[in-house]
Amino acid sequence: MYGFEAMTFNIHGGYLEAIVRGHRAGLLTAADYNNLCQCETLDDIKMHLSATEYGPYLQNEPSPLHTTTIVEKCTLKLVDEYKHMLCQATEPLSTFLEYITYGHMIDNVVLIVTGTLHERDVQELLEKCHPLGMFDSIATLAVAQNMRELYRLFLVDTPLAPYFSECITSEDLDDMNIEIMRNTLYKAYLEDFYKFCQKLGGATAEIMSDLLAFEADRRAVNITINSIGTELTRDDRRKLYSNFGLLYPYGHEELAVCEDIDQVRGAMEKYPPYQSIFSKLSYGESQMLDKAFYEEEVKRLCLAFEQQFHYGVFFAYMRLREQEIRNLMWISECVAQNQKSRVHDSVVFIF
Amino acid sequence: MDLLRSEPMQLVQLIIPVESAHCSISYLGDLGLFQFKDLNSEKSPFQRTYATQIKRCGEMARKLRFFKEQMTKAGLSPYARSAMSDDVYLDNLEVKLGELEAELIEMNANNEKLQHSYNELIEYKLVVQKASEFFHSAQNHAAVKQREVEAHQSGEGSIDSPLLLEQEMVTDPSKQVKLGFVSGIIQREKSLAFERILFRATRGNVFLKQSAVEGPVTDPASGEKAEKNVFVVFYSGERVRNKIVKICEAFGANRYSFTEDLGKQFQIIAEVSRRIEELKTTIDFGLVHQINLLQTIACHFEQWSHLVKKEKSIYHTLNMLSIDVTRKCLVAEVTKLKNESSSLILQIQNVLQQATVDSNAQIGTVFHVLQTKESPPTYFHTNKFTSAFQEIVDAYGISKYQEANPGVFTIITFPFLFAVMFGDWGHGLLYNEFFSVPFELFAPSAYGCRDPSCRDATTAGLVKVRATYPFGVDPKWHGTRSELPFLNSMKMKMSILLGVAQMNLGIILSYFNAKFYGNELNIRLFGYLSLLIVVKWCTGSQADLYHVMIYMFLSPTDDLGENQLFFGQKFLQILLLLAALVSVPWMLFPKPFLLKKQHDERHRGQSYALLETNLDDSDGTELHHGSSSHEEFQFSEIFVHQLIHTIEFVLGAVSNTASYLRLWALSLAHSELSSVFYDKVLLLAWGFNNITILIIGLIVFICATVGVLLVMETLSAFLHALRLHWVEFQGKFYEGEGYKFQPFSFASLGKEDE
Repeated sequence: MYGFEAMTFNIHGGYLEAIVRGHRAGLLTAADYNNLCQCETLDDIKMHLSATEYGPYLQNEPSPLHTTTIVEKCTLKLVDEYKHMLCQATEPLSTFLEYITYGHMIDNVVLIVTGTLHERDVQELLEKCHPLGMFDSIATLAVAQNMRELYRLFLVDTPLAPYFSECITSEDLDDMNIEIMRNTLYKAYLEDFYKFCQKLGGATAEIMSDLLAFEADRRAVNITINSIGTELTRDDRRKLYSNFGLLYPYGHEELAVCEDIDQVRGAMEKYPPYQSIFSKLSYGESQMLDKAFYEEEVKRLCLAFEQQFHYGVFFAYMRLREQEIRNLMWISECVAQNQKSRVHDSVVFIF
Repeated sequence: MDLLRSEPMQLVQLIIPVESAHCSISYLGDLGLFQFKDLNSEKSPFQRTYATQIKRCGEMARKLRFFKEQMTKAGLSPYARSAMSDDVYLDNLEVKLGELEAELIEMNANNEKLQHSYNELIEYKLVVQKASEFFHSAQNHAAVKQREVEAHQSGEGSIDSPLLLEQEMVTDPSKQVKLGFVSGIIQREKSLAFERILFRATRGNVFLKQSAVEGPVTDPASGEKAEKNVFVVFYSGERVRNKIVKICEAFGANRYSFTEDLGKQFQIIAEVSRRIEELKTTIDFGLVHQINLLQTIACHFEQWSHLVKKEKSIYHTLNMLSIDVTRKCLVAEVTKLKNESSSLILQIQNVLQQATVDSNAQIGTVFHVLQTKESPPTYFHTNKFTSAFQEIVDAYGISKYQEANPGVFTIITFPFLFAVMFGDWGHGLLYNEFFSVPFELFAPSAYGCRDPSCRDATTAGLVKVRATYPFGVDPKWHGTRSELPFLNSMKMKMSILLGVAQMNLGIILSYFNAKFYGNELNIRLFGYLSLLIVVKWCTGSQADLYHVMIYMFLSPTDDLGENQLFFGQKFLQILLLLAALVSVPWMLFPKPFLLKKQHDERHRGQSYALLETNLDDSDGTELHHGSSSHEEFQFSEIFVHQLIHTIEFVLGAVSNTASYLRLWALSLAHSELSSVFYDKVLLLAWGFNNITILIIGLIVFICATVGVLLVMETLSAFLHALRLHWVEFQGKFYEGEGYKFQPFSFASLGKEDE
């Protein structure tokens, strides 16, 4: 398949690529965001969205709207599109599409386990789960007492099972352990996804390795920043970094020993692609880092659409839609809470 | 010639008092003559004046959709001829819809609650029935076992049975573990996973018994029907119980308590059955009530939804108007047909006056005509017949305002070109053959046999006995040995002639366009362009002497020899060739220079004008405001553009002419195919004198004729006719950059929605 995608890609992937590019054309533009930012009430937002692809999903909602309803309906649209694509997909695209959801699955597992730890209602937790990361026995996670049980009882049936092999300890579940579990799982997931894409080869491997490397590096930075000042040892921290990406391996060595945000910055500025991100931030600041990373990610995801005959567009589309939903959520929250001055803080324009 | 130019349009300004605005727009919508211009296009939808009203209408439309959904659920459809009552106003309607919705929602909630408990009871009953069966059979089984054991003991166990063990098992009640159990009902598809998880969670220390329920059971929570299993889980210990309960919750399994006591079981079943009966009557009563309500809604549904749609469109239109600063009146800009009959104008005036009176406004609507530079929309009066051809043109592009409309010519040329290719009525009037059988329709053939020996279907023995055949191809040609070469050359020349004629028509039209838009420069050039085409035409018509044409270009001064057709041919040829050679650079050079000259003149004029405007500024600036668009003149760019244009035109003239050869190709293919089917299938089958073969042959012939000739050939002939019109014909002159006239009218409201 190396280099010859153009000959055979359209046999199975052509229809879906067309579909996904069509969906991409429906993403909100900067003009839409400008209009949305001027909205006074949630009803205005609904009115504006009714002219977009979200229209049919929102039109039957009765008038006092809530942010959650908007987000829920928008997510529903994404899920519908995803399911449609998954139904139409053949191997290996269907596996690729499934890989996209594993991240949500990990988040959902962590959400439920943490929720049960704090004795929340399972039903309430289930509503908060991302619909893309649902699996059959997710509700039963609440029964588990420790990680070994979690794995043995429930996750062994899910696609996450192989990722768990690294983090089975019979330690009890507490916040720290769950967070470590999340990151270990994520690391294993990213590495597996990376390997899978390499196996597919061709343009898919090329583009996806770039996108996944960025994802891995971003996680490495986030892990480092979040673990500063906790009892996580350097070795443990080192173990949570994925074994690929631009920072691997020397960057990881440096990140592992960082003790404050400026050291992270020093380590990262040696890498030109990340230098531009950090140069936007003033020293000692880490709040805006998320936004800067998101902006960089969106830029890279958009670039994935510039090339044809590869699966990266599906990944990119799903990610862009998720970013769009995050934007909508932020705008709606700002409008609902009358904080319109902060509306631009976290909105990442896609086009 | 109504169709050649689109109807003249007029931009009119209406100044409507705020009070009567709604009324006026509504009346104008009934008339459906005006297209409103959006004067607030820079505002987003929710910043406009009537955004709240539109939101209200949207909300009402949502309620109506809700009603519709409820009606389809109940199996009702809105009555087509609903009761019309005139006194329905938006505000009343809004209140009414709100009340109805609340009532309906409450009713639904009640019904749902009842349904929920009803379904729960049914499930309970099922669980009790099934579980008691378990226990019953288990007890029987146990009793049998017990008896067996006892028999065993009494028989031979007296000598050497391990007494202690048996005794312990049977008799020591204090050491017996009390088993608890949980019973309930679960969806069948989940039952496997449920069993697996139970087994894993309790490390196999449970006993699960399941039994399938026949037929679907309605789930109380979701209200959906599903196949279900009744289960009983036996366990020991309180911690296990907690786990089981949690797992049940996670799987959405409904638990129901249950007693082992037989007497109580019967009591429970009786009790539950009685309550189910009760609930059923209540639910039925509620449903009847709901259906009554929905029926009253269905009576008015059409009217209401029409009203809401109408109101929404009125407010959309109102949003397009700009509000005067004083907030006392709205300013509308509308385009309408210029030459309306006086009765229509009177009607408009009446309507506006009526609106003023109806809404008790103090001032009437002011109506005056504006001058504008913007291109108005395009509108043609069409009827059923002409609209089909107009649509063919519109599919390529809506013509610019008052541009020469190719639709007029398409009405004639499109069917004509189609017929040349398809040539079918039977198969052709022009070719005088029907299903590839020669037909002497207009007159007997002009040729007859000289003697009986010429029966072998050649042209050799024929002599001309009558006058030339009046129309189309002489039928005698058909079936002759030289049929194909003759028809080929005839059809080919005919196609070229037709093509050149049509393209010339296109160029003449472009001349009309240029004249109409007052573009003098283009007119001056036009002459040379058409000359070029005429040259090509002349050469084309002499095409039977291919080498004459070729030599004409290669060695124009050579002696013509035997190819001399008429006196002075050589001179004419040289003249034409020279004209052709000259016309190319003539097309290329003058236009850019002329444009440059014009531009310079204009520039000079402008500087003068500026000086003048300094003297009397108010009027002068106004004037110049309109005639804007003086971007930098770039000579090189214009020149290159003209160069490209010239090359394109010269090449296009040749290649487009060649393009018309498709007329010949398709017509040839068509006649050959039809003769093959006729000769090789039908006549062949006929020749066997066998009825079965004849029938088979007939069927094959019909299938082939319908499938290949009628379906495929029609499509391809249509497609090629379309292409010849769009590319070769319209490409010569048609810009198609206009937009359609879409008057604001309630009549079109219903159509676009469905």
